[in-house]
Amino acid sequence: MTTQTDTPVKDRRAAKPVESDRSRAEARLGQKLVAPAIVLMLVVTAFPMLRALYLSLFNYSLTAPDDREFIWFGNYAVALTDPLLWKTTGITVLYMVVTVAFELVIGFAFAMVMHRVIFARGVIRTSILVPYGIITVVSGFAWQFAFSYQNGFVNSWIPGLAADFNWFGETTPAVVAIMVSEIWKTTPFMSLLLLAGLAQVSEDMIEAAKVDGATWTQRLTRVILPNMRAAIMVAVLFRALDAYRIFDNIFVMTAGAQNTESISFLTYRQTIEQFQIGIGSALSVLLFLSVLVIAFLIVKIFRVDLADARQEK
Amino acid sequence: MLTATLLSACGSSGKPTLNWYVNPDGVEVLTQYAAECSTDEYDIEVQLLPSGATDQRTQLARRLAAEDSSTDLMSLDPVFVPEFANAGWLLEFEGEAGDAVTEGILDGPLDTVMWEDKVYAAPQWANTQVLWYRKSLAEAAGLDMSQPVTFDQVIDAAADNGGTVGVQANRYEAYVVWINAMILGAGGDIVSDTESGKDAQVDIDSDAGKAAAAVIQKLADSSAAQSDLTVSNEGTSLGQMFPAEGPGEFMLNWTFAYKNYEGLIETGDITQDQFDDLGFARYPQTVEGEPSAPPVGGIDIGVGAFTEYPEFALEAAQCVASDEAQVALARDAGLMPARGANYDSAELQEAYPPELLELWQTSLDEGGARPKSAYYALISQAVQSRWHSPTAVDPDSTPAESAKFLQDVLDGKALL
Repeated sequence: MTTQTDTPVKDRRAAKPVESDRSRAEARLGQKLVAPAIVLMLVVTAFPMLRALYLSLFNYSLTAPDDREFIWFGNYAVALTDPLLWKTTGITVLYMVVTVAFELVIGFAFAMVMHRVIFARGVIRTSILVPYGIITVVSGFAWQFAFSYQNGFVNSWIPGLAADFNWFGETTPAVVAIMVSEIWKTTPFMSLLLLAGLAQVSEDMIEAAKVDGATWTQRLTRVILPNMRAAIMVAVLFRALDAYRIFDNIFVMTAGAQNTESISFLTYRQTIEQFQIGIGSALSVLLFLSVLVIAFLIVKIFRVDLADARQEK
Repeated sequence: MLTATLLSACGSSGKPTLNWYVNPDGVEVLTQYAAECSTDEYDIEVQLLPSGATDQRTQLARRLAAEDSSTDLMSLDPVFVPEFANAGWLLEFEGEAGDAVTEGILDGPLDTVMWEDKVYAAPQWANTQVLWYRKSLAEAAGLDMSQPVTFDQVIDAAADNGGTVGVQANRYEAYVVWINAMILGAGGDIVSDTESGKDAQVDIDSDAGKAAAAVIQKLADSSAAQSDLTVSNEGTSLGQMFPAEGPGEFMLNWTFAYKNYEGLIETGDITQDQFDDLGFARYPQTVEGEPSAPPVGGIDIGVGAFTEYPEFALEAAQCVASDEAQVALARDAGLMPARGANYDSAELQEAYPPELLELWQTSLDEGGARPKSAYYALISQAVQSRWHSPTAVDPDSTPAESAKFLQDVLDGKALL
């Protein structure tokens, strides 16, 4: 038994090219050369995280430095037992699920258009991508004006809606307005990612399905979509994580009023507006952890091997 | 590179440059005074802050928390002074400097620059709110505006005559200005004993708090409420004074409203007759017979604690808050003086109706400040959180709920 298991290992080792002293020295030199960059990156990324972790253990307001007090994990206890955190998490998940669902459908339609379009290809592709080129804050302002009952066009476009309907006066319409701006802004990104996936689906397979008599729907559901699973997962993962961090549109359109506040906005307010460094840091740590959880869940749900998605296997 | 940085820090003439962070009100006059107050020893350069009070505070705090030595002078909204002073971000105006900047200052603005019995800023200009209204609307309602009026009367007068009442009820600082003024006007407080920081006494659940909530509820339920009540700000109600149709409004707004409407005559947006129909009266009473407490705002000039040139900066602060600067700001930009005597200057008497100047001065002298606390941002946002939306305010529950929440927030037991 032992011999049997040992043999392949020996074989593999033997198969490796023998490194010369020179190539080993070059590798060591390479490591030394990149070491400062790696150290710098670690400092840049790890320092703020560790600092946030440290600060989250204090009850600390920037404007009352003398009252700073070490309270262990008290801030986490306060945050996790506070209904406000769960309410903002709920609304954030709602933003994420609804916007990503709409973007997936509309984005896929756009991707199909971009993929199949024969004439004016450049113009059509560019015009679909334009919203993504606009800064989120600017698109937030644009949509805020669009939904304004004073100078916006939305009220006059929706039949049966009062001309002075105030979109930002109640939670539901305000959330809808924010979602519309988010979907408008980021659908092109989704379609771009899906277009890449679409381009990877072999035309031969589609042709073969056609020859076999498959209808358009059958070709879509049995050939195209299954072959795009990895691309769809990457698109959903990217957009879901992005949507979970939604901030700019809310900042511009409602400033968090009418219960439209997301978890990032809550963290921003604690830290930057209220100078509550301790609880703000605790919230950012929790936000970081929840992003990890979401990423993990999406990868699990789609059951896709990332290495497979990158075609490394 | 280093040489360039040093040169820019010292200015082209080799003199030190003092940076003065200003809010974007009356910038032309401020720039002129930055030049006039520059001396052979230093130059003053104006740096612009964002227009929102919260953004101004955030930007200054970010610099000061990082001990930025280039923040020499700053225009501060009065509510920031206690916060910044407590954080150790402001230089104290000691001795003669303190006497010079506080002498003759009206009580309202004077109160805003004091923290723990020390002077931490120089009052430059003072702002207050009055009740602006259409004389024809008040007349139609049979309201005698020469006598103090109550919020109830104003809301009824507007509602019964097809008019509206303009307030600031979006979820932002100005909403707290309104709530605070109404509570003070009913003889109460949002919080007291504020110098003890987190241990301050929370008083909002009181008869005064209930009276304030009753006014908000009454307006929200009334036909006098403007359709954008829940997101209204200083600008939204301006346009309702002289609408194309309807009798106009009663409006709570700052001193700038007068110059704003006067300017509309030149652009042809309103006629001289319409402008003559603009009336002004003291801030309405919350409770009949109890004098109102008009809000106090304005700008105080603070000196950054980490400035490289503390003496120059203190001197410059006194210069930009001088009588001449105060009069010029009032005349050219509608930003009223903090020092009482300046209201008598010939230039101001010519630019404004004397009775309006007197009204502003009295409002500032008898006005009420917002809570002075190192935790003001928490207090303000805790109040906003429970009192917004105005359509949901209920005198039976809102003051009690907000008191409990405010206490929890101050104790670090609740997120805000």
